[in-house]
Amino acid sequence: MHIPDGFLDTKTWVSAMGISSASVGYGIKKLKQEFDYKKIPLMGVIAAFIFAAQMINFPVAGGTSGHLIGALLAAAIMGPFSAMIIMSTILIIQCFIFLDGGVTALGANILNMGIIATWGGYCIYRLLDKENALHPFALFVGAWVSVVISALAASIELAVSGTIPFSVVIPAMLFWHAIIGIGEGIITVFVISYVKKVKPEMLENGGNGNGEV
Amino acid sequence: MVMEKFNSIVVGLLIALIIGVFLSPFASSFPDGLERVAEDKGFIKSAVDSGFPSLIADYTFPGVENEKLATSLAGFIGVIVTFVAAIAVGKAVARKESR
Repeated sequence: MHIPDGFLDTKTWVSAMGISSASVGYGIKKLKQEFDYKKIPLMGVIAAFIFAAQMINFPVAGGTSGHLIGALLAAAIMGPFSAMIIMSTILIIQCFIFLDGGVTALGANILNMGIIATWGGYCIYRLLDKENALHPFALFVGAWVSVVISALAASIELAVSGTIPFSVVIPAMLFWHAIIGIGEGIITVFVISYVKKVKPEMLENGGNGNGEV
Repeated sequence: MVMEKFNSIVVGLLIALIIGVFLSPFASSFPDGLERVAEDKGFIKSAVDSGFPSLIADYTFPGVENEKLATSLAGFIGVIVTFVAAIAVGKAVARKESR
């Protein structure tokens, strides 16, 4: 769902860049208070894994593909503040090294896939799983929501930019991403179940895990 | 203990590398959700090249004839760069001393 340059008008991408910068700045401030240095290697591995997984487009239906975003995966393991930072790091690398997502659209892409996907998915996940116990159903729904809400945000940005009317873009984006979100849910549940099985101490207390790896 | 920790990181990184190097050439080349909508609704032509000088545009390592190999190389570099960058970011934001 990486928005290229040209899809957003100036007021929209500048606003998105402003909101993203403020959110990421706040996330960094929070992490400086609570991020344990023992979690650093885990942060590297999760970011590397999500980058790789994002390269793997899977066909969904009718000649369309999707790929993992990974925002809820990161948030469930590392917490939402770390997830925002991990997703932003990946999006910046994709933008400048691989030209995936536009340079002017970078703020919007961070907003959609790094901030809205993370918090939207994480709030739903925690609502369904109050103990943060990495319950598969809660993870699946949270991951699905993270994709759909991210697509909704992208749709709004496109419409506000005057690229395409609300009434056209919202149903179309939600239709495809409701399908792609199922893939997100399956991958998220599969990866976390696997880690839970082979490395449960990493996930102790769910997202509040001590990050010992 | 130290060894165990080291191993988990290596295994995790290896899994990421296997996906980025060996699976990436077989990824679907269908348009993704946004591209599909942009094509169907006729605004795909609004996309412009950012003009940013990049070494590995579109996950294709330049100068490599074999398309699959070019993608694998891009995946390898991307996984390593992301791993190193996230570690650097983690170091920058982590509290100075452990609990």
